[in-house]
Amino acid sequence: MKLLPYIINGISVGGQYALIAIGYTLVYGILRLINFAHGDVFMVAGLVMVYATASMPFYLALPLAILVTVILGFTIERVAYKPLRSAPRMSLMISAIGVSYLIQNLAFYITGGVPQPVTHPIPWISDQVMLLGVSTKRVTLITPVLTILLVLLLVYLINHTKIGMAMRAAAKDFETAQLMGIKINSVISMTFVIGSFLAAVGSMLYFTNYPSVAITSGGMPGLKAFVAAVFGGIGSIPGAVVGAFIIGLCEELIKGLGYTTFSDAFTFALLIVVLCVRPTGLFGEKVTDKV
Amino acid sequence: MSDNVLKVDHATMQFGGVVAVDDLSLEINKGEIVALIGPNGAGKTTAFNVITGVYQPTNGAVWFNGKKIIENSPKGKMKKEYLGSNGEMFKECIDPTPDHITKLGMARTFQNIRLWKSQTVFDNVLIAKHCRTTSNVFSATFRLNRKEEAKQRQEVDELLKIVGLDDVKNELATSLPYGKQRRLEIARALAAEPSLLLLDEPAAGMNPQETEELTAFIGEIRKQFDLTIFLIEHHMNLVMDISDRIYVLDFGKLIAQGTPEEIQKNQRVIDAYLGVAEDA
Amino acid sequence: MDLSRKKKIFTALVLFVVLAGCIVLDVVLPSYHIAITVIKKATVYALVAVSMNLLNGFTGLFSLGQAGFMLLGAYAYGVLTIPVAKRAIVYQYFDGGVIHFSLPEVFGSIFGTAVGSVIGMLIALLIGGILAALMAYLIGLPVLRLKSDYLAIATLGFAEILKAFFQWNKLGPVTNGSNLLKSYPVFDHATPYVILAGLMIAVILLLINSTYGRAFKAIRDDEVAAEAMGINLAKHKRMAFIISSFFAGIGGGMMAMYSGTIAAAPFKSAMTYEILLIVVIGGIGSITGSVIASFLYIISSEWLLRGLDSGTFLGISAPGVFKNGFRMAVFSVIIMVIVLFFRKGIMGERELPDLLQKRSKKKKGAAK
Repeated sequence: MKLLPYIINGISVGGQYALIAIGYTLVYGILRLINFAHGDVFMVAGLVMVYATASMPFYLALPLAILVTVILGFTIERVAYKPLRSAPRMSLMISAIGVSYLIQNLAFYITGGVPQPVTHPIPWISDQVMLLGVSTKRVTLITPVLTILLVLLLVYLINHTKIGMAMRAAAKDFETAQLMGIKINSVISMTFVIGSFLAAVGSMLYFTNYPSVAITSGGMPGLKAFVAAVFGGIGSIPGAVVGAFIIGLCEELIKGLGYTTFSDAFTFALLIVVLCVRPTGLFGEKVTDKV
Repeated sequence: MSDNVLKVDHATMQFGGVVAVDDLSLEINKGEIVALIGPNGAGKTTAFNVITGVYQPTNGAVWFNGKKIIENSPKGKMKKEYLGSNGEMFKECIDPTPDHITKLGMARTFQNIRLWKSQTVFDNVLIAKHCRTTSNVFSATFRLNRKEEAKQRQEVDELLKIVGLDDVKNELATSLPYGKQRRLEIARALAAEPSLLLLDEPAAGMNPQETEELTAFIGEIRKQFDLTIFLIEHHMNLVMDISDRIYVLDFGKLIAQGTPEEIQKNQRVIDAYLGVAEDA
Repeated sequence: MDLSRKKKIFTALVLFVVLAGCIVLDVVLPSYHIAITVIKKATVYALVAVSMNLLNGFTGLFSLGQAGFMLLGAYAYGVLTIPVAKRAIVYQYFDGGVIHFSLPEVFGSIFGTAVGSVIGMLIALLIGGILAALMAYLIGLPVLRLKSDYLAIATLGFAEILKAFFQWNKLGPVTNGSNLLKSYPVFDHATPYVILAGLMIAVILLLINSTYGRAFKAIRDDEVAAEAMGINLAKHKRMAFIISSFFAGIGGGMMAMYSGTIAAAPFKSAMTYEILLIVVIGGIGSITGSVIASFLYIISSEWLLRGLDSGTFLGISAPGVFKNGFRMAVFSVIIMVIVLFFRKGIMGERELPDLLQKRSKKKKGAAK
């Protein structure tokens, strides 16, 4: 079973993608916007974690990193998306791309373009452990468990709280929800806060496995998580999670079979196939346009 | 074969569990003005969308100038869910795109005006001529089609004169007053050189005087362009004035057909529709 | 003199001044001078930006595959023009590669070295464009049925797939794997770039003002109405996609010429974003805007704002603030301001001749 380590890794990577994918799917569900900047928010979370753990104990550094990320997500929405609420969708998407560009360039300026080394920010979780005869880091095992827990919490929040109900209403019909007195702006902000929070958690788990955080580190995982969200059916939380695990697994298996060059390409090929065969994804709802 | 221009043959349009058009059959003869009326939500626009190829009917066929242009029967999942009748009657599947049907000689307007917003009045009409263009993209780009382009421009100029929009031809389409936008939409449809014109609520949102002008206008263009006209309308004055025959839809089903006089007397129609209309 | 004639003269005058200026610069300055470099790079960007505008601005198809098509054009150019004698060194890990001819040399032996190699280079560019167009045809079949944002992400994904293929070792004998392609012939002067890109852009302009271009704009403005008026959506969208990709391919070849080396890595989504932002700055739906924005963008990022990165800007010395990366940070803030507050960009939907219109319209109003 030489593929076993890849399977274990795949599940872990899938969990990290899932945490990012939820941010995409929530935002898309309400604003119908691919938040191109989400991957960069994820990257910023990693950077802040690196900087913060260098100057304070991790139990202060991690909450701080999460807080900064959440504030960043919130601010992006308020500054770059809110003014364009009535603009054509293309403007909104361009704004998202602009934000992504801005974040990357700011990060370049701050880091001087040098990848910031990750030096075991969180003790204990980077330790080596044995599972089924395979040696792996503890974080690999923690990730899927933590992901599932957070997702369950989120599903509870969405199904059983007032703000969750408002989010569902806004996703169903933006304008009607607004007419029914739902404070649409706070619902959208909440969506970005939740999305950024999960991305921050995902980021910490993700970068623990990597030697450094570069300014472009967010792009690929971001895009892949988006693919996962589309694959699962954009707008659906379980869909995003299932899609993310499948993509994480496939990707690692492809690496295991020796086609590392194509592990990224596979994800996009999958995307194109899904979009052409079943654009609504695994769990998505069908939307019809009116003439 | 009679000389009907359009024949809708047992057409049914079902969305999920909702039957929007139920077993609709109708015929329109050459040169006629035929109206399709019915209360809101009766399925009139859906019927139009089926005829013009926007929707593929769940079941049924459409004939145009003696040629079958659309046919479908319930398939796959729909086979079990089909709620209409005559599910076994049709076999073939002909599903052309709307542009294909337009090229055959059928043009339409929309209930909610759909002009090309960033284009001038002149360009709106000129673009509709595109479907009659014979030059390919290469000859068009390198201006090897000067003759055709000049001819099209001239035809558009003439058309704009006929419909009375030539004084505003360089204005943006969206800067026109509402009534003129409606008129422009009709002009645009005419530019596609149809033999059958479908008008979806051409008088919607018009005051009585504008409606009267429109009535006269429709009569004029029918004569001038040798048209057959099929229209959906709520203004009963207009409908009764210009229609040769009327079809009445209610809940997707055809409940009556006949001349305006017959329809005005038809008890079923009065029950379903005229009894609650604001004027008759 | 009537307006349209005035416009024509004005346009011709501007183009003439630009070309003449460029030739003068070429004669006066050495080819490594920053001004020449900037002109080369800016013209390449202008061509690619215009090709993207044709798709995103005029047809309303939000595609993000531009970098992928440029990659095809760049590789086609490099692979077909590297001199045979240099192939052993360039393809040192792949036994000199599998292609043993070079178009400039082939044509050089027919038409004489000077003329022949230029013909060979141009044909290599053209082949790059055609390859990109073919690829667009193939992926256009499934992808163009998708709607706005799905189309964007699918084309972006396609570009990434293409990049992976060109880095694949098994294709190394052709693409040199993840190693650089280099030593191919290039134009040293700026004028050939200006003429080439200018001609391509002129063709795109002609297309946009033809009956097909009008159909594209109709699709952008209202798809449903366009289809109802007899415009075949699938056919016209595919046409716009193929034509745009063709010019992106040629732009990619010229990019290879400008930079002197080719690798797959730089043709990433960030490059597409950059071009998209140039289009936005210039005005979505304005060819002139895209060209002006390309020049502004390249001139300021490569030249005028250099100081922001190296300590001193406008005589102000602040090494702590003006350090590496500050230039791009300032730049992206400017872009965001344009995206949010000046959504029409520099030109909106106006073109060069329309710059005359403002005044004459007022005159007309006064006469009334």
